[in-house]
Amino acid sequence: MKVLVTEYLRINLDTEKWECRRCDHVLNSARENYKRSLRVYDRDPREIHKPLLDTKLYSRTYSPDPTWCRILEYYCPQCATMFEAEYLPPGHPPVYDIEFDIDALKLQWKDRTQVKEPVIGPDLALEKVKMGRAIHASHQHGHSHT
Amino acid sequence: MNDAQLSKDDKALLDKFLADNRLFLGPDPEIMRNHGVQPRSALEERALATKLDPHQINHVRGLIHAALSESFTMVNQMGAAPGAKWGDLVTAIFTAQGDLAMIAPHGIITFAACCFYPIRFIIKNWVDDPTVGVKEGDGFIHNDARYGGVHNTDQSMMMPLYYKGQLVCWLSSTIHEGENGACEPGGLPAAAESKYDEGIKMSPFKVVENYQLKRDLVTFLQNSVRDPKLQLEDMKVKLHAVMRLGERITAILDQFGEELLTGTLRMHLEDTEAEVRRRIREMPDGTTRVLQFMDSTLRENALQKISCAITVKGDRMICDFRGSSPQFMNRSVNTNVASFKAALCTGLLQNIWPDLPHTMAVLSPIEILTDRNSVIDAEGEMPQAMSLMPMFKACVAWNVPMSKFNYSLPHRYTAILAPQYDQAATFIYGGLNQHGDVTGNFCGDINGMGQGARSHADGEHSVSPVFGFMADSGEHEINEEDTPIIRLGAQRIAKDRIGFGKYRGGMGYEQIATARGSGMWGFMTGCEGSKFSSAQGLFGGYSCPSYQLCKIKGVNIFDELKKNPRIVDVFDIVQLMNEQPLPGKYTSQDMGMTFELCTEGEVYMICQGAGGGYGDVLERDPELVMKDLREDLMSHENAVDIYKVVYDKEQLVVDVEATAELRSAERRARLARSKPYDEFVAEWVTPEPPKHLTYFGSWNDNREIWAQNPAINMTVKMDADKLQGFYMPNPKDLRIAELEGEVGALKSKLEACVSATKK
Ligand SMILES: [Zn+2]
Repeated sequence: MKVLVTEYLRINLDTEKWECRRCDHVLNSARENYKRSLRVYDRDPREIHKPLLDTKLYSRTYSPDPTWCRILEYYCPQCATMFEAEYLPPGHPPVYDIEFDIDALKLQWKDRTQVKEPVIGPDLALEKVKMGRAIHASHQHGHSHT
Repeated sequence: MNDAQLSKDDKALLDKFLADNRLFLGPDPEIMRNHGVQPRSALEERALATKLDPHQINHVRGLIHAALSESFTMVNQMGAAPGAKWGDLVTAIFTAQGDLAMIAPHGIITFAACCFYPIRFIIKNWVDDPTVGVKEGDGFIHNDARYGGVHNTDQSMMMPLYYKGQLVCWLSSTIHEGENGACEPGGLPAAAESKYDEGIKMSPFKVVENYQLKRDLVTFLQNSVRDPKLQLEDMKVKLHAVMRLGERITAILDQFGEELLTGTLRMHLEDTEAEVRRRIREMPDGTTRVLQFMDSTLRENALQKISCAITVKGDRMICDFRGSSPQFMNRSVNTNVASFKAALCTGLLQNIWPDLPHTMAVLSPIEILTDRNSVIDAEGEMPQAMSLMPMFKACVAWNVPMSKFNYSLPHRYTAILAPQYDQAATFIYGGLNQHGDVTGNFCGDINGMGQGARSHADGEHSVSPVFGFMADSGEHEINEEDTPIIRLGAQRIAKDRIGFGKYRGGMGYEQIATARGSGMWGFMTGCEGSKFSSAQGLFGGYSCPSYQLCKIKGVNIFDELKKNPRIVDVFDIVQLMNEQPLPGKYTSQDMGMTFELCTEGEVYMICQGAGGGYGDVLERDPELVMKDLREDLMSHENAVDIYKVVYDKEQLVVDVEATAELRSAERRARLARSKPYDEFVAEWVTPEPPKHLTYFGSWNDNREIWAQNPAINMTVKMDADKLQGFYMPNPKDLRIAELEGEVGALKSKLEACVSATKK
């Protein structure tokens, strides 16, 4: 039985290992922080969010300040898929983001059927927004919208 | 005095004496720290003991919704505040003991989620007070968020509904009014340095008797704000909306009786709680965590951490925000914990379980832990006029950690969603308008934040505010009729400002404004995220970029356009800033700006922001990359450098093989430049915040909180359970000291020169 945990991670309940969903690479123990089996790169945020304003004219250019903000990119050690892009102040410890109780997870999935491909939920939030817009448009606020 | 020495009777007597003689009925921690649904009242027990028919309950529920919807529409159409026109309002119904039961289907959840605090205050303090009392036809007003509320710019009208002489429920209507007489116009004073700078502070009091506004009190309130007309009009609108709601509910009572109404409201709460517990039980046991960083107090840049760990065990959920930044005693970006929880409730309904009923029962089964005196649980004299900053973070705090719990589930209630953009990116304004009236408010652009990317699709552009599905982004024509603001550019998507990913976040639009026809007009902006990205990505998606406030001062755009109508090719922020076609002083600065005067024709430019991206950029369908290029959302540079797509730049035709090869090369490069986690962490992690950072919050241990401000050589480490607030120096004083230093150095240099020449 395998449980999908993120877009890129799953837990194999039989082996109790984290696995890469893209290349099936077996990572570390599911009882451990999965990040410990990944590779990490400290990315200068200006390489992703490039300066849009002339850096000779302005110091604030739509790029995050690299002395305040760094991007830690986590890659699968086999296929190099990027699992996480974590924005942190320089030197800040990475967050231990997923810590599941594996024994409880096994019990929970004992009677569930394995989910191989993630279900797509309905876009309820967006539907509500669109409904809201339609209501506002129909009110017209005393003005014509032609 | 030692309580242990008192007999039980004496103790009761003492308690009564103290209660009767309380010097000041300030915000009551017993009320303000409890977000739970209260135990059933006797009336509720009685109603539920009668075995109510579920079909009838459903029917009554529908009738209440229709009534709420109608009163919402009344306020939406008649409200004078700009916010009312865009849907920044709510009407709601509460149980007799003050539990929020139901909200108008299109209303702002947060407002109502705050309103039960003042209602509980009224019940606790005014019902039995012979000088106040609560009776049929009374209405109560309130705006001070310390007694419950988002911020003091929102005003509520609360009314008890009596049936056959008995109080059966409470009704409310809340609008984001805008102007409230604070130290800056518009109701959101980032410059507030204490709670006394925040304008009128209405604790809950009676302003309506016999269904009529008391003119003396209305006059006092009008006298306290910059927009007396607005104050009066909207008090009337809210009163009539709750009265109409009252008529509709009374009709329901006539038809179905009081027990069925009481039972319906109670069942609505209990059913929702039960469903939330069921959903929690469905999730894996364990803990997921996320860190959010706010980067400004709106007066200076300062990193403030919000730490969030969500733990699930069976049907218990605990949200632990301990380890977050301490509060600021003279900055307005604090929030009290009740408001913070109301924002959490909103975010949960907006992002995670939009299908659940909009009621406080959604949050009440969830335990919330905070450090007292932190920026999200601020207390005392501190200002909290820009509590929006941490509250907007609360709205999206759920997305990342809940997605990590919910991704595995066999059933999903809504799409997995990266965080929405979470800054109040809009112009707040004030001054004399072209009709000679004093006014102050904010623009509807606040409601156009980019949606986070979804697990199966890009986010929608400028979709809604982070705090409400239903609010719309206003109309500039109306704004231009009422204020001297002229839009030079609006609703133009901010190109290249993208939360990249396999699916990208929805983007925000540019806002370019100036003023004309007023001798006294000004703007302020209240946004963070100019140094540290605000909206986070999910599962490898990138965050949004940072955003700036750009200005051209010392120009009159109208004069320039008169001289040369073609002087500006297109009102595009990046183009204007880089090409500088107009004379004047160009600056790019933090997006937090306190109120400043805008002389006729000066140009102010900000952007709404993008939602976070979802998934690895290398997995983005190259055709979607071409679509973004075709729609001019992005430059070729990003298509190549970020998404690694090879294509014909003229025809936008993808070279599939070359793209696959470029992407494999990038994967190889990733492996080459990265390090194994343990090795990386050993080099990366520092034991404390780097000295150059202005930093507030925990670092590597949530029980230890750092407060570091290099500007005044301050580094303090405190125990999280003994937090104290911090004072920030006046940025102008710092600037003066800096300039004095420079002048001093230049003087000594000059003296050295002079004495050298003398020799
Ligand atoms: Zn892999």
